[in-house]
Amino acid sequence: MSRPALYGLLAEFTNPTDLVAAIHKAREAGYRAMDAYTPYPVEEVSEALHVHDRRLPLIVLIGGIVGGCAGYALQYWTSTMAYPINVGGRPFHSWPAFIPITFETTILVAAISAVLGMLALNGLPTPYHPLFNVPRFALATDDRFFLCIEATDIQFDEQETMRFLQRLEPRSVSEVEP
Amino acid sequence: MGMWPQFRSPLIWDVFAISTYASVSAMFWYVGLIPDLATLRDRSPSRAGRVVYGMLAMGWRGSAKHWHRYETAYLLLAGLAAPLVVSVHTVVSFDFAVGVVPGWHATIFPPYFVAGAIFSGFAMVMTLAIPLRIMFGLEDFVTMRHLENMARVMLATGLVVAYGYMTETFMAWYSANPYESYMIMNRFGGPYSIAYWSLILCNVLTPQLLWFRRVRANVPLLFVISIVVNIGMWLERYVIVVTSLHRDFLPSSWGMYSGTVWDWATFLGTIGLFVSLLFLFIRFLPMISIFEMRTLVPEAEVREDPS
Repeated sequence: MSRPALYGLLAEFTNPTDLVAAIHKAREAGYRAMDAYTPYPVEEVSEALHVHDRRLPLIVLIGGIVGGCAGYALQYWTSTMAYPINVGGRPFHSWPAFIPITFETTILVAAISAVLGMLALNGLPTPYHPLFNVPRFALATDDRFFLCIEATDIQFDEQETMRFLQRLEPRSVSEVEP
Repeated sequence: MGMWPQFRSPLIWDVFAISTYASVSAMFWYVGLIPDLATLRDRSPSRAGRVVYGMLAMGWRGSAKHWHRYETAYLLLAGLAAPLVVSVHTVVSFDFAVGVVPGWHATIFPPYFVAGAIFSGFAMVMTLAIPLRIMFGLEDFVTMRHLENMARVMLATGLVVAYGYMTETFMAWYSANPYESYMIMNRFGGPYSIAYWSLILCNVLTPQLLWFRRVRANVPLLFVISIVVNIGMWLERYVIVVTSLHRDFLPSSWGMYSGTVWDWATFLGTIGLFVSLLFLFIRFLPMISIFEMRTLVPEAEVREDPS
């Protein structure tokens, strides 16, 4: 198959209820490669699209463990090997004094992992995206709700999918140039 | 340089605590702004606005897949930031409490500093929110219920702070330590007693007005109380630092302190810097989260029976 001429077809709805109904119908019709765009998070939309991504909490957990170990290791190495100094006869490896910084580095690396992990999994920053070619798509951050069936879907057919989306009675349907 | 920091010192703990707090707060703030920056990008009438907000929004387009991960990240950040608030103020109090100077060396310091931070934090939020609410007509967003609840939190944390002052006084007597009891008598009747009694007036007596519903419903009075609490919290640090240091263990280091003109100029400068940055924020960025407000509108909900 040659390169598809379109990124997909974009249907616009005026409220989240219609969008969720449209997603259910599209899934019943067999479409899978699609995404919805809303001005605020709508739990029902993610559920209807069967969005399940549980990688982020794991990334944050690993970040926290790495941060804690690195913070403790820095203090251990500094205080016992790189620069051992006798302070009031305390042992070089005086672990209770190392807890506050270990806690801080745990939180710091976990938080950085949460932010960078979220951006990376979402593919942000995205300097160019085909959807921004559709002028009406600017309303996706305002008060409109969009459903995009992507051309990569096996069932995607320009005319057929267009007719299917029209039957859902959207406010408008736009072709998305790649 | 072959030297390394002394990791057994609370001063280096403080460096890590405050820089972590600043970094995590900045990230939390920016992540919260991303969807709103996309809204500003799409609604900006000028090309410069579209370019600048567009770069800051990083191509956010409100995808359901993105929202799903975004909300997870936001929730995790909130969960990570909450213990950080407790830790940062605890570690700041360690700067004093781990030292041996009378008036600093107290185990009550960590909880009392955490409560003091929440107390003054809510007072500061009120000091800023009340004028903004009136000037920009935000009465429907920052409601009377918000203000009343903030007043309640101020009252509760103010009582914890008052308990901290009581414990300091009690321990000065109960420890039977002459240096400790001298420190507290010096606070009560020494050269800085005016600062101490003003502190009690601002932080302990004034917040008791918040027991009354009519006070909590009176916006101008809440504003005045919040300013009084801000002054009280400033006096608290002044009393802790100055009265303890001006009579420490070495008579050779005894002396009197009063702010020089440069001390006061620096203090006013920090207020000026803060207010300038706040005004820039209000001018260029949404002061109330746009996308979070949208979720509160009844039309935002998905209806069970689509008609």
